[in-house]
Amino acid sequence: MAIEKNGVLHVDVLVVGAGPAGLAAAIAAKEDGIDNLLVIEREHNPGGILRQCIHNGFGLHRFKEELTGPEYAQRDIDKAREMGIEIQTDTTVLSVDADHTVTCVSAQHGVQVFSAKAIVLAMGCRERPRGALATPGTRCAGIYSAGTAQKFVNLEGFMPGKRCVILGSGDIGLIMARRMTLQGAKVLACVELMPFSSGLNRNIVQCLNDYDIPLYLSHTVVDIQGKERLTGVTVAKVDENRQPIPGSEIQFDCDTLLLSVGLIPENELSEGAGVKMSPLTSGAEVDDTLQTNIPGIFACGNVLHVHDLVDHVSNESFKAGHAAAAYARGEATEGDTISVVDGDGVRGTVPQRIRKGVNTSVDLMFRPSGVFRKATCIVKCGGVEIARKKAPIFTPGEMAVVTLKPEVVASLNDTVTVEIERGE
Amino acid sequence: MEQTITCISCPVGCRMTVTLENGAFVSVTGNTCKRGEVYARQECVAPERMVTAVVPVAGSAMPLSVKTRTPIPKALIAQCMEALSKVQLTAPIAAGSVVLPDVCGTGVDIIATKSV
Amino acid sequence: MYSDILLIGAGVVGTAVARVLSRYQASLTVLDRGADLAEGASKANSGIVHAGFDAHPGTLKAKFNVEGAKMYPALCEELGVPYSQPGALVIGFTEEDRATLENLVRQAEENDVPGVKLIEREEILAMEPNTNPEVLCALYAPTSGLTSPYEMTFALADHAALNGAKFCLNECVSKVERQDDSLWHVTTQKGEYTAKVLVNCAGVGSAVIHNMISDDELTIINRRGQYYLMDRMNPLPFNMTMFQCPTKMGKGVLVSPTVHGNLLLGPSAEDIPDALDVSTTAEGLALVLGKSRLTWPKAGPRGTITNFSGIRAHEAKGDFVIGAVKGAENAYETVGVESPGLSAAPAIGEMLGNLIAQEQGYAPKAEIVPAPVRPKPFHAMTTQERAEAVKADPLNGNLVCRCEVVTEAEIRAAIRRPVGATTIDGVKRRTRAGMGRCQGGFCSPRVAEIISEELGIPMTEVTKCGGESRLLTGTIAQALTKEAE
Repeated sequence: MAIEKNGVLHVDVLVVGAGPAGLAAAIAAKEDGIDNLLVIEREHNPGGILRQCIHNGFGLHRFKEELTGPEYAQRDIDKAREMGIEIQTDTTVLSVDADHTVTCVSAQHGVQVFSAKAIVLAMGCRERPRGALATPGTRCAGIYSAGTAQKFVNLEGFMPGKRCVILGSGDIGLIMARRMTLQGAKVLACVELMPFSSGLNRNIVQCLNDYDIPLYLSHTVVDIQGKERLTGVTVAKVDENRQPIPGSEIQFDCDTLLLSVGLIPENELSEGAGVKMSPLTSGAEVDDTLQTNIPGIFACGNVLHVHDLVDHVSNESFKAGHAAAAYARGEATEGDTISVVDGDGVRGTVPQRIRKGVNTSVDLMFRPSGVFRKATCIVKCGGVEIARKKAPIFTPGEMAVVTLKPEVVASLNDTVTVEIERGE
Repeated sequence: MEQTITCISCPVGCRMTVTLENGAFVSVTGNTCKRGEVYARQECVAPERMVTAVVPVAGSAMPLSVKTRTPIPKALIAQCMEALSKVQLTAPIAAGSVVLPDVCGTGVDIIATKSV
Repeated sequence: MYSDILLIGAGVVGTAVARVLSRYQASLTVLDRGADLAEGASKANSGIVHAGFDAHPGTLKAKFNVEGAKMYPALCEELGVPYSQPGALVIGFTEEDRATLENLVRQAEENDVPGVKLIEREEILAMEPNTNPEVLCALYAPTSGLTSPYEMTFALADHAALNGAKFCLNECVSKVERQDDSLWHVTTQKGEYTAKVLVNCAGVGSAVIHNMISDDELTIINRRGQYYLMDRMNPLPFNMTMFQCPTKMGKGVLVSPTVHGNLLLGPSAEDIPDALDVSTTAEGLALVLGKSRLTWPKAGPRGTITNFSGIRAHEAKGDFVIGAVKGAENAYETVGVESPGLSAAPAIGEMLGNLIAQEQGYAPKAEIVPAPVRPKPFHAMTTQERAEAVKADPLNGNLVCRCEVVTEAEIRAAIRRPVGATTIDGVKRRTRAGMGRCQGGFCSPRVAEIISEELGIPMTEVTKCGGESRLLTGTIAQALTKEAE
């Protein structure tokens, strides 16, 4: 329990968000003996976005079985409860300050001001809305981000439409194509601006192909019609500069347009604290312990960079939780770090820094900047190759991971570059 | 005969090439784990899918999320949803409990994936 | 239904007139075809309170703009409507522009606009360093202001309603005629309204109403303006409203902060046949961006959170038409109130409201209910104020819109206002819930639930903006059984 002093509540580790990232961080910190630990969650229930991801496919790496989102979340919630971790729900964090002050508000507790030895930021991400695309047309009802539609269907039991077009082929859009179809709606098309899907390939197979939903690559929505409720959208093919090609228009009569056009880490609180952000990931810049530029403030999960797999989120967040616990116990050591930079074909490698001389393995995670077949990811330190990973295909829709072994990490002495060597 | 399929057993989504002879599985390449071969054998002969859905529950504002305990024949997905639509459920229901046994004669139960 | 006065049009001008009329002893009904107030030009314009240098001396535009702009600071204070006065620059690039701007400075003097002067490149770049460095000179107008046009409309309507005005929304007028009983008979799709006095403030529809009752025909040209709105999280490149010097090539666009701290680019100007076609077009938006670059070379689509368009009611002869309707008894109007209509609205309201009262012999009410004090928005409060707000109402502890920091208490209050919100858009414009960078992705399901609870309607009847704009098409139970059929 937090200790109150002069109206300020003191905790050792405070975790912002009780989604998979926050729960894993809290579990790790608790495992390390941190008892004065609090998780703040804005929703009524812990579990984060997994609560509405009722499809299966989660947990294969971590639990060696395929779970649905609610099942995966429940395992962490149960574990946190067993361990006696305090999760304060219905509470919104209003600000995080660089001096480790966290201000939140709830109906039950009013405004609370916490001072935490260490803070783990685990707020997740949000969807890019229509406005960010500057799609012309009317501003009628019936246009939703895929996640909002998912919430309506899976958590509230309402259908947002009967005839849908999906713009963007992100995983949530693909999942919603199948969900809407199974729940009785007609999905007419999935439209993707790029020449490749930004979702997982398995989801193209089991969410679109299984239900004969056409995927229009290199197409986009160029007009939205309907004064009150959506009545139709116009889709056109785009050229290599992503500009619509006149004459290629296809008209769809539909009452719903779902958008799955990208996820953005939700970093308003981090920015407010002065955390240095990466323009490539839209998340914090961190070292190999997931520590941001502000000592004692850590970030993990989708607020750090958007993941495809919750298993990776959990793993990353365990690390952040352990590191936050160490910091709270005063075990943190400050020292030099080695920069990790993106090379050819690579975008947004995390972490951006590795501590010098530590004897631990480090996962380098990044997104390929294009589709590369039979290519090899090569990691170099000062121009010398230190790791490589071959893959039949690298695509932006799938986060790539290359692990540096402890002995490799321990001997780093120069900037680390991650690049993809194209195949044939 | 060769057939190209994408493995859906895990998020890696290996692109595999399956060789068939008279409709029978001969070999597979492109998979990176054992599960790929298992999937390929099944997919080319009798494809199966997990089905997940939400169904209304009397006495709960929230719908119940459910899944087939194991994959069912792909051809039976629509019938499975139809069978689900006829199930009358009343809260409370515990995660893991059977909401519809032996759906469409597949021998597979549909179970709750959360508690309401 | 009979009332002494029937006013058509609940935009900023109609509500300004209604508020003044509500001080008199006469029953007043306001009709509007929208599901909410301010559904026409008042919801989608630049939100600028023009200083008054732009309108030609001697026109009604000039008269009401200058008078209205002077009323704004006190009126916004009284009604609790956001207002700021960052000033404005009208930038020019050529000697020809300089001549135009010099003319505008003289015009400002004639219109009695204080403080307007011409400034040179160095001073411009010192004041607004992000201005295109090729700028030559600019007109500086220190009294140019910003407000929220729809919030002004809501506040005017609330105050009028508290003083007895009745607001009937979703009422589309199809027929207006004066019958033998010397009363105006107004037919809508729902029924008939009668009144002794008719006031036409119908915006883009004002000429249609006018021509139903007068032989002196007026023509409204529907002039659509498209805008880009940028994320409030991006640093503002300009503190002031940046206009472009009007040239033979056209009027140019503005690049301006909004009163809420977003950046606004626009408007385009296209004359279109459909008075209700507020769609945006690829060409229109491209034009806005292109023209914006003249002021701000870095202007681009990055950071946009929405685009929208509004339609200005341009009367063919160019000026406002305000006063008694020619050739019709007991009928008054405000026709062709386009820019600077927002700036002019308070002055138009005072003038026309009082004129009607005087001509009709209405006595002032003995007691006028003052405008309600609008509570400080939660997002603007200090931590201490927030703590007190949650103590006073625990629902202030439930944050619904995380982007704009809007609480459940504020959303419920918006629905309970005298002329309250009934739609998602209505809540959005009254509270800013859904105005932020996620554009309602997270909060709209919860806002819909609150509307459903407050209005006692099922979730499936909650609309975005009235009419057929329902958010949901049914329950999963309905959809599943339908599929099974």
